Amino acid sequence: MKQILAILVDGSVYASWLFIISAGLTLIYGVMRILNMSHGSFYALGAYAGASMVGWYFSTGAVPWLSFFALIGAALVAGISVGLLVERGLLRFMYGRDEVVMILVTYAVLLIMEDAIKLVWGVEPYFAYQPYTLLGRTKFAGLSFANYDFMLIGVSILIGLILWYGLNRTRNGKLLRVVIHDREIARALGINVSRIFTVTFLIGAGIGALAGALTAPGLSVVPGMGVEVIVLAFAVVVIGGLGSISGALVGALIVGMARAAAVHLYPDIELFVIYGVMGLVLAFRPQGLFAVANARKI
Amino acid sequence: MSQRSLALFVILGLATLAGGLLLPQWMSYLFTIAMGKGLVVLGLILLMRAGLVSFGQGLYYCIGAYMAGVLTQFAGVTDVLLILLASVVASVAIAAIIGLLLCRYREIFFAMFSMAFSMILYGLLVRNQFLGSTDGFNVANPSLLGWSPGPEGASTLVLSVAVVLVFALGILAWRYLNSLSGYGGEAVRENEIRLEYLGGSVFRVIYVKYVIAAALAATGGTVTALVSGHVDPEMAYWTTSGEFVFIALMGGTAHVAAPIVAAVLFEALRTYAFAVAPYTWQMILGFALLAIILFMPSGLWSLVERFQNKKSRQTP
Repeated sequence: MKQILAILVDGSVYASWLFIISAGLTLIYGVMRILNMSHGSFYALGAYAGASMVGWYFSTGAVPWLSFFALIGAALVAGISVGLLVERGLLRFMYGRDEVVMILVTYAVLLIMEDAIKLVWGVEPYFAYQPYTLLGRTKFAGLSFANYDFMLIGVSILIGLILWYGLNRTRNGKLLRVVIHDREIARALGINVSRIFTVTFLIGAGIGALAGALTAPGLSVVPGMGVEVIVLAFAVVVIGGLGSISGALVGALIVGMARAAAVHLYPDIELFVIYGVMGLVLAFRPQGLFAVANARKI
Repeated sequence: MSQRSLALFVILGLATLAGGLLLPQWMSYLFTIAMGKGLVVLGLILLMRAGLVSFGQGLYYCIGAYMAGVLTQFAGVTDVLLILLASVVASVAIAAIIGLLLCRYREIFFAMFSMAFSMILYGLLVRNQFLGSTDGFNVANPSLLGWSPGPEGASTLVLSVAVVLVFALGILAWRYLNSLSGYGGEAVRENEIRLEYLGGSVFRVIYVKYVIAAALAATGGTVTALVSGHVDPEMAYWTTSGEFVFIALMGGTAHVAAPIVAAVLFEALRTYAFAVAPYTWQMILGFALLAIILFMPSGLWSLVERFQNKKSRQTP
């Protein structure tokens, strides 16, 4: 009983973390047809920016509760400004190329950003544990949970709701969906597709950085953290179906629960389970669970 | 292949071998590593000719390497030929099963799915205490047909085997690409339905390519493991596979020699970049990759072709 509760809570926390990371990835793919390898670097960037900002904030001795704004604000500013640089400076010259070529382009961006982060922040680990300890812990049914993790679940639900509302209930969201559906018709109808691309990339990069910042208080921020995360995000997004936000949610829940169960029951197969689930889903639904079918090229 | 170009090829091979043996120790080491990677990338370009980019060749690379490690360290088998045979058999067996699933996918799905399989192996190896977990383990010195050259001669032995393999398998791959099945790759890339309509089997074309690529990757992994004397799970990590894709793009898919030349250049570039800028060598690689994609989409081999075209125009 206790173990089931632990699996459920850990699974939900891990799932919400996965959802925040993969939401940006799947949004960018859905609109721009770019499988953004550098998404992991935006995650790392957000973690570094957030962690160093939190460190600086606490050294000034200001009100501890406001450190959350410092954490999130720093990540969003860093993510969006670097996102703007990458999209305007490089990606816009590449639009219309093969999807596989775009993977390689963003892979190059990943290599560059990994080292750029090392140049700015060095190779020493950063810690921003204060927001994590600030919220304290809850004892429940004989188990102890960090309240910060519950907040993570709340934030992921909030991000999901905002994305859903933005896409389904606003004018700009409807324009975005037109672009997802058919880029050329959208342009013919007078929609500024390249501006929508820019905005989408910034939102995706911002969410990626936000995910990093929210993770930073729970662990040490070290070089290479983005490279590890990107394959996880891929697995989640591919399970749900590339380009589908609700797919990312379901994928995150499946992977999160499967991993939590593995960690508690058979820790040796932790990584294996994630990709095993992915393989299993893809064997039966090659396009993922929620993807729209594509017409075959003749 | 005509008699003349075959002779040319053999001479070139002997020259490469002599050159490799005359190099100083650290350079011939890098050269052998480059040969190993070149073999992996040779398999990769077979797939790329069919329009499929595999981000998971690290899977077979790692299988080949661990096969060498396990056989020399735990089974007492040190014969290079036996190890190579075992690696190829193991990788072909696994590729024959995974290929059944993977060959249904195209484009980014193929790329991501092959990556997932290599990550599964990575996940298993990282948690395996017996095989050294994240640290991996050491590989014992190889021998050849009962002749064991000891630690000093081992690198020379592996270098010679690697050069012979590169040239022999290069010729075979070249023959394959000029066969009906090899040309099928281009047909798949251009238009699958037309190929089916003409009576070809798209599945068989891709499946054969996938299995050959796996065998080549395992061979490359074995060579790398034997020369470096160490294996670790990093060989199955997706960044290793990314490196192979990088080399493949650098060389281009126009000729079987392109990946080998590109692998040598890549190792040189990487060693140089790492020596000059230990913290920014990845950045240098990233910019190089962007430059290749932007200015030389068919790889460095397009320079050779441009040169050949110019020459043939001058002498009509």
